[in-house]
Amino acid sequence: MEPFRSVRGGGTRAWLAAAEASLLRSLVGQVMSLVEPDAPADGPGTAGSEPGEDAELAALEAMVQGPGADTPPEDPVLARLLPDGYRDDPEAAGEFRKYTEPALRSAKHQAAQEMLDTLPEEGGRIQLTQDQALSWLKALNDVRLALGVRLGVTEEFEEQWSRLKPDDPQWSAFEVYAWLGAVQESLVQALK
Amino acid sequence: MVVSAAPAEVEVPRSADNPVSDKPWVTIVWNDPVNLMSYVTYVFQHVFGYPKKKATKLMLDVHHKGKAVVAAGARESMERNVEILHGYGLWATVKQDK
Repeated sequence: MEPFRSVRGGGTRAWLAAAEASLLRSLVGQVMSLVEPDAPADGPGTAGSEPGEDAELAALEAMVQGPGADTPPEDPVLARLLPDGYRDDPEAAGEFRKYTEPALRSAKHQAAQEMLDTLPEEGGRIQLTQDQALSWLKALNDVRLALGVRLGVTEEFEEQWSRLKPDDPQWSAFEVYAWLGAVQESLVQALK
Repeated sequence: MVVSAAPAEVEVPRSADNPVSDKPWVTIVWNDPVNLMSYVTYVFQHVFGYPKKKATKLMLDVHHKGKAVVAAGARESMERNVEILHGYGLWATVKQDK
């Protein structure tokens, strides 16, 4: 990989090996399917259908608006990607989630798609406009959040990694996580 | 609560029937072991239009104190902030200031 750098006249560019591009595409694709707007709600509450409310209308509304769950996802990764908007106020958090989660899922899905659209499968030169770079930042961050939660990463990431033996199955995941951080860091610096 | 961090120049819709409360709503960003410090600073600059110095100070507050108030104003604006920050993967919440 050649890290991101700013291009005269606007935008940023980098160079990725085929294996790096393929790894990124796979990770972004996994997050994408996780936040899929059409994924069934895994919380019990869907948009408020009162008893007696026209069932057909409610079904139509749910179809148009998406699930609109009012409880946090059970999967800790998804709960981190789609966090509560209120702390210590479950009622306000539920209302907030009901009206914002479908759009947040779509936004994350779209950023991931835009990253995939500008990331050739065979790697090579990557050239991004400012808008595309923003999508990359968001999508890369979501991948790091997902991996960070799965690995139980803390502020003492370096120590956590150094305690692992290279033959530990988690060792290479920590290596990927560190690499993703370096890619994102170079993109942030290139945008400044 | 990091009262000193509450910015004053946030756009708040003001009208006679929407008076600004003595207790404004705030947007809080919480510390997170994953988000890069440079990225959080960049997001504060990009989303709120804060100068680099202010964005960096808020990021350091989040990092060292565990959280920081990054904006204050009407509840709806704070909810919109949180929605946008969640889009960037920051851990943000809305609260009525005390």
